[in-house]
Amino acid sequence: MTETLQMPSILSESSKTDTKLETRDVNAFFGKTQALRNVSLNIQKNHVVAIIGPSGCGKSTFLRCLNRMHEVAGGTMNGTILLDGEDIHENDPVNLRRRVGMVFQKPNPFPTMSIFDNVAAGIRLNRMAHRNHIAETVERSLQQAALWNEVKDSLSKSGMSLSGGQQQRLCIARALAVNPEVLLMDEPASALDPISTAKIEELIYELKKDYTIVIVTHNMQQAARVSDETAFFYLGELIEYDITKKIFTMPSIKQTEDYVTGRFG
Amino acid sequence: MTTLSMASVAIAIIPLFLIFFYTLAQGISALNVDFFIHMPKPVGELGGGMANALVGTTILIGLGCLFGLPISIFAGIYLAEYGNNAIGQTVRFFTDVLSGVPSIVVGVVAYILVVIPMKQFSALAGGVALAILMIPTATRTTEEMIRLVPQSYREAALAIGIPQWKATLKIILPTAMKGITTGVLLAIARAAGETAPLLFTALGNRFWSTDIGHPIASLTVFIYDYAKAPFDDWNRQAWGAAFVLIVLIFIVNITFRFVTRGRYKEQQN
Repeated sequence: MTETLQMPSILSESSKTDTKLETRDVNAFFGKTQALRNVSLNIQKNHVVAIIGPSGCGKSTFLRCLNRMHEVAGGTMNGTILLDGEDIHENDPVNLRRRVGMVFQKPNPFPTMSIFDNVAAGIRLNRMAHRNHIAETVERSLQQAALWNEVKDSLSKSGMSLSGGQQQRLCIARALAVNPEVLLMDEPASALDPISTAKIEELIYELKKDYTIVIVTHNMQQAARVSDETAFFYLGELIEYDITKKIFTMPSIKQTEDYVTGRFG
Repeated sequence: MTTLSMASVAIAIIPLFLIFFYTLAQGISALNVDFFIHMPKPVGELGGGMANALVGTTILIGLGCLFGLPISIFAGIYLAEYGNNAIGQTVRFFTDVLSGVPSIVVGVVAYILVVIPMKQFSALAGGVALAILMIPTATRTTEEMIRLVPQSYREAALAIGIPQWKATLKIILPTAMKGITTGVLLAIARAAGETAPLLFTALGNRFWSTDIGHPIASLTVFIYDYAKAPFDDWNRQAWGAAFVLIVLIFIVNITFRFVTRGRYKEQQN
């Protein structure tokens, strides 16, 4: 299997300095159950990487290792994860998570807070900006999340009063407000209707100008539409990682082909 | 099935109404403005009020909350967020045991802890006794309510780089606040109705006092003294005071619910 873990051809040509995130031999566990086996891959700056694979293949676990949320749920891991060449386990996870934001499967705006306060929560509770800049940051984040025009007149309303798709974009704005470098998205559109899904996908396309994005998805069309590279996971192993077009048109591994053509999974 | 449920509800509510209206009927003749703003009259004189007991009960409950609630809320947070271990289990067990300790025993404990060292009965001692009575209910409700807050909010907070302690205080606690308030109200209501632990601690006082270092009057001890007195006028006043106590607890309940209903009541079911 090791020969499949090499860098995608197109990526190996680009210079090393463009690597944003790198994982080396990452193993992750829940108690004694191993969820990830020796996962090594490189994620390039300002690229969108899709992670696909059947349920239980370790996609979400991998994502949650990248911002150390895996350990919050009581999991353990070993191996090395480098963010800009620095080992993420050598620093405070709180600082890491300000640099590596996350959007979850189900929209989860803070229920006791208004739309404005939801977006401002990260800046306020981290004392990251001067009071005067909070409003600016909130507006910028909501604009980036393509939600500003829909909510600019109702910023004091509850975040829960929005529709599901709007709530998810609110969560994206909340993650963007702390100015992260990487955005992790765990099936961000799986609980949404097709129109909201399309909006989120457009958004991902826009966001990759400023951010590096890793997105877990069950939806292969979505992976094909939004990502530059795709990683296929199966039973905790990284089976194949290559540029998205190649994964979906002529994958090197039979398992990948079977999965993307819908023969299993 | 629905009929059966409805019938059960009715049966469960009947005692409340019986108590409410019977106390009202017995005590109404004692209820007038004087009753609320005047002091008790010397033995043998008719009339007088229970202003000192009303204020005393308020002070005692205030002290009980002051001592008991911070401990309860932090203990509840501890149990919910960090208590999945042997220490948590032990704390939980002893909290449950404490809630089963008869209130008169709690009174004796507060007597030994506060009254003996101070060489004086005092409102302070009463407050300590009430706090001990409030702690188990308030702690366990706080724990349960914090546990009910979905994990996804914790993760959302941590994922934007908020430290865990801040996430707990600023995100989780406010989300659980409505439920916690209900628990605290139950605790207050229980404490407000206690007589036994106050007999050994706050003692009661026929005179005006707001000094927490001295004995203080309370509604329950007032009812206790007046109900067993051989004077009809006092008995009537005891009924009146009982009715006032019930209404007070009602008012506290409704006010707290109103205040904590929050800006976004429609979502917080």
